[in-house]
Amino acid sequence: MDCLIELKNLVKYFDAIKAVDDISFNVQRGEVLGFLGPNGAGKSTTMKMATGFLLPTSGTAKIMGYDVTEKPIQARRKMGYLPEGAPAYGDMTPFEFLTFVAEARGLKGNEIERNIKIVTEKTHIGSVLKQQIETLSKGFRRRVGLAQALIHDPDVLILDEPTDGLDPNQKYEVRKLIQEMAKDKAIIISTHILEEVEAVCTRAIIISQGKITADETPDSLKARSERHNAIYVTVKNDSATIARTTFMQFDTVKRVEKCSENESHVEYIIIPKKGFNLLDQVSTIVRERGWAAGELRVEHGHLDDVFRQITSKTLS
Amino acid sequence: MFVVFKRELKSYFATPLAAIFIIIFLVMAGIFTFFLGDFFAWGQADLHAFFMFHPWLYLFFIPAIAMRLWADERKTGTIEILLTLPLTVTQVVMGKFLAAWVFTGCALLLTFPMWISVNILGDPDNGVILTSYIGSFLMAGAFVAIGSCISAISKSQVIAFVISATLCFIFVAIGSPLILNFAGDWMPKFALDTISGFSFHNHFDSLTRGVIDLSDGIFFVSMMALFIFINVALVDLKKAA
Ligand SMILES: Nc1ncnc2c1ncn2[C@@H]1O[C@H](COP(=O)(O)OP(=O)(O)O)[C@@H](O)[C@H]1O
Ligand SMILES: [Mg+2]
Repeated sequence: MDCLIELKNLVKYFDAIKAVDDISFNVQRGEVLGFLGPNGAGKSTTMKMATGFLLPTSGTAKIMGYDVTEKPIQARRKMGYLPEGAPAYGDMTPFEFLTFVAEARGLKGNEIERNIKIVTEKTHIGSVLKQQIETLSKGFRRRVGLAQALIHDPDVLILDEPTDGLDPNQKYEVRKLIQEMAKDKAIIISTHILEEVEAVCTRAIIISQGKITADETPDSLKARSERHNAIYVTVKNDSATIARTTFMQFDTVKRVEKCSENESHVEYIIIPKKGFNLLDQVSTIVRERGWAAGELRVEHGHLDDVFRQITSKTLS
Repeated sequence: MFVVFKRELKSYFATPLAAIFIIIFLVMAGIFTFFLGDFFAWGQADLHAFFMFHPWLYLFFIPAIAMRLWADERKTGTIEILLTLPLTVTQVVMGKFLAAWVFTGCALLLTFPMWISVNILGDPDNGVILTSYIGSFLMAGAFVAIGSCISAISKSQVIAFVISATLCFIFVAIGSPLILNFAGDWMPKFALDTISGFSFHNHFDSLTRGVIDLSDGIFFVSMMALFIFINVALVDLKKAA
């Protein structure tokens, strides 16, 4: 396989604090890995070790086969990194900053101009190219940081919270950009925004207290949600009580909750026991008894449920 | 390395602070020379009085210039970008060091009116003045290396300034008669000689007297090398922190 990022048994102590606890995973070309976890879970620390900025207490990180501590220069050439908070030199303009990064990355003459033009268009920073970075809004700064990471069109991208501080339109643009680039790169993005994972990632890793607690596709993560395959059903007011009691008697039902009600009808969510699908049963009975006052809706699950489920388990 | 040097030097001139710094430096140099050094009473057309105060001027001026080199990068987080570029730590350290050194060199060059005045007033030994300038520039380099090195251990520019100014003070003062007399009472002579051998003041003083002794030049160059080496080691060490 075309494995571009290999992290193996990474451990990082800050004095007595174990910030990262034995993290291993590989990222292939074409994958966009969403790195999820509550604040302080160790996402940034793991990414810093992957880039070679921090030395791990133990374990190894390889970028395109180059160990980041033994062959740092080769590894860094292949990689673009957006650090947390998108730091940039405030006294420079984005144009100067990108020129600096391009030159330091060994690009020459025409290539520098051409690549700056490309990343400027991709990240939509053309309008502020000649303005001092310290006077830019958070959204522009973030995109300047992103442009900097893309300037040499690297195979590996490590982006620490790339959409933090962007407005919804800008978030959408950045996600689109990541998707466009995804097919011929290996990308890691850290985030605590779950919709982002659903929108762009082919795979999600959840870490909590420095440990990996889930590593699967966003869809299979969602399937872990209690509400996966739950059914929203709306019934007429006068049959609400009987409907509820009937649903509760199904032995595949875990719980029934009232979502909303008004003068004419009540909406329930029926949560199945793990692994069961209630759709046929519920739709049949609702139709036969004439309780229905609206459409049935199947819920695919919420990532935030899963996220909370997984990360609070380890906390308690 | 040149890329880092260029960026760093540009950023010195990007703010009016640089101009203010240089002006303060020049004014201080003037005040020291004319009032404390009694330039006119010296009765001789040379720049000895002017150069005499350079170690003491640099003591404040150079830590103030060097303090931002690393502390600021750490504070703003740009160090993460800088150190993940495909450059070695040595290249980055050297680039930064050279930029700060060249900047001090510019300040030093701007004292040329002094040189013009003495040449108008009298007939100075321009050879001595040249070696003094070279000596002063070399000494400045050693101060810059110390300042840069200390800047690498702290996020705070203020702390970096205080520590490096103190360290620079020690390096200047250890050769002064006051300290030597004080320590002479209880220290063995060889220890005293060793200590005063590290005095920036003494090494510089002989250069300003027109005594061209290669060992003084070598001393300053070695100090630069030593502190650049420590600087690289400190930056590497922080990665493992
Ligand atoms: N330089 C540091 N020194 C000491 N502790 C740190 C340092 N950086 C991070 N930590 C600690 O390591 C843990 C993980 O932090 P981090 O990787 O930034 O988490 P995340 O990015 O997931 O929010 C936190 O408990 C944090 O306080
Ligand atoms: Mg973080």
